[in-house]
Amino acid sequence: MNKSLKMILVLTIITIISGSVLSYWDSFTKPIINEYKTNKLDKLILEILPEHNSIEELQLGEHNLYIAKQNEKKVGIAFKVEGGGYQDIIAMIVGVTPDFSKITALKILSQKETPGLGTKIVEDPSNENPFWFTEQFKNVQLEPEIVYVKNEKPSKDNEIQAITGATISSKAVVNILNTNIEKVKKMYNEKQ
Amino acid sequence: MPHKKHTLLQEFLKGIWKENPILISLLGLCPALAVTVSAENGLAMGLAATFVVVSSSIIVSILRKIIPPQVRIASFIVIIATFVTIADRFLAAYYPDISSNLGPFIPLIIVNCMILGRQEAFASKNNILRSFLDAVGVGIGFTLVLVVLGGVREILGSGTIFGIEIMWSSFHPWAVMILPPGAFLALGLMIGASNWLNELGEKK
Repeated sequence: MNKSLKMILVLTIITIISGSVLSYWDSFTKPIINEYKTNKLDKLILEILPEHNSIEELQLGEHNLYIAKQNEKKVGIAFKVEGGGYQDIIAMIVGVTPDFSKITALKILSQKETPGLGTKIVEDPSNENPFWFTEQFKNVQLEPEIVYVKNEKPSKDNEIQAITGATISSKAVVNILNTNIEKVKKMYNEKQ
Repeated sequence: MPHKKHTLLQEFLKGIWKENPILISLLGLCPALAVTVSAENGLAMGLAATFVVVSSSIIVSILRKIIPPQVRIASFIVIIATFVTIADRFLAAYYPDISSNLGPFIPLIIVNCMILGRQEAFASKNNILRSFLDAVGVGIGFTLVLVVLGGVREILGSGTIFGIEIMWSSFHPWAVMILPPGAFLALGLMIGASNWLNELGEKK
C-alpha cells in the first residue's frame, strides 16, 4: 500500500475509534457528574438558609436568588457569587438576612487556591476548628463593607481575620463578597 | 541497540527500583512535584497514571506493527489522551473531591514524558505480555514514589497522613513542605537516598 495513504488511514482510524470511545464514556459519566454538581449546590443552599418552610427562586441578572420563607415571612436569602482568586475563580454560596444587613452563612463551592495555604479558606487542618475561616463570616455586618484584619482578632462587627500566609486568598473572598452582594442588593431593592 | 533480554520477572521488577521512572530516569517530575501535597493525592495521581500507562502500552503493543513509524508519536498521543480522558471523567464522576484536588494535573498526564517514553522505548518494540509487565512495573514504581513523597510532605507540612492526625499536639507544621520548595527538597533527598542505597548495593 502507498506509504502516505497508510499513514493517513491508520491515524484517521485511531482517532475515529478514540472519538467514539470517548463520546460513549462521556454519555455514561456526564449525568453522574452533573447530578453531583446540582446535589452539591442544593445541599449547600439548604445548609445556608435558616429554618424555613418554603423556598422561592428569583432570577436577578446572572444571579439566581433562593429566598427562604417561614410562614410567608422572608427569613433569609442565599445566592452564588464568584470572582477571581489567587489562581482561578473562587465560587461561593452566601446567605444574607432579607434586608442585606449581614451575612448569615458562607460556604466555598469551588476554588483552585494554593494547596495547603489558600485552600485553608475551605478547610484548615492546622486549626482546632478547620472551618473557622468561613464560619467567622456568620453575623458579619455588610455596612459599609467587610474589612479584613491581619494577625489579630477582629474587633468590629464588619471585620474578619485573614488567614496567615494566605492573605491574597482571604482578600479575594472579601472582595468577591463586597462587590457581588452590593450588586445583588441593588438589583433586589429595585425589584421590590 | 542490542541489549540483554530480561526475564519476564525482571521486566516487571525493573520499573519499581532499577529503572524507577522518578528516582532513576527523572521522568514525570511535573506531576510528582506538583500534586504530592498529601499521600492521598499522590496515590490517586499514581493510580491514574498507572491505569493510563498500562492501557496505552497494551494498545500500542497490539498496534505496533500497523502504525507507520512516521506517525507513531501522533498515534501514541491520541491513544494516551483517550485513556487519560477516560480516567479524568471517571474521577470526576466517582471521586469528585480527589478530582478537584488534582485539578488540571490529571489531563496533563497526556504529556507526561514517562508515559510517552514507555510507548516509544518499550511497548512499540515488544510483545503484549512484556509491554504489560513493563507498564505495570513502571506504574507501581511511579505510584510508590508519589505516595512516599506525598506522605513525607503531608506529615511534615500538615502533621497528618492520609488525613489522620499523627504528630504530637505541640508540633507546628512546616508550611514550606506543602509549598513548591518542599517538593524539591523532599524529592532531592529521596533521589539522593536511592543513589546512596544503590552505591551501597554495588560495593557489596
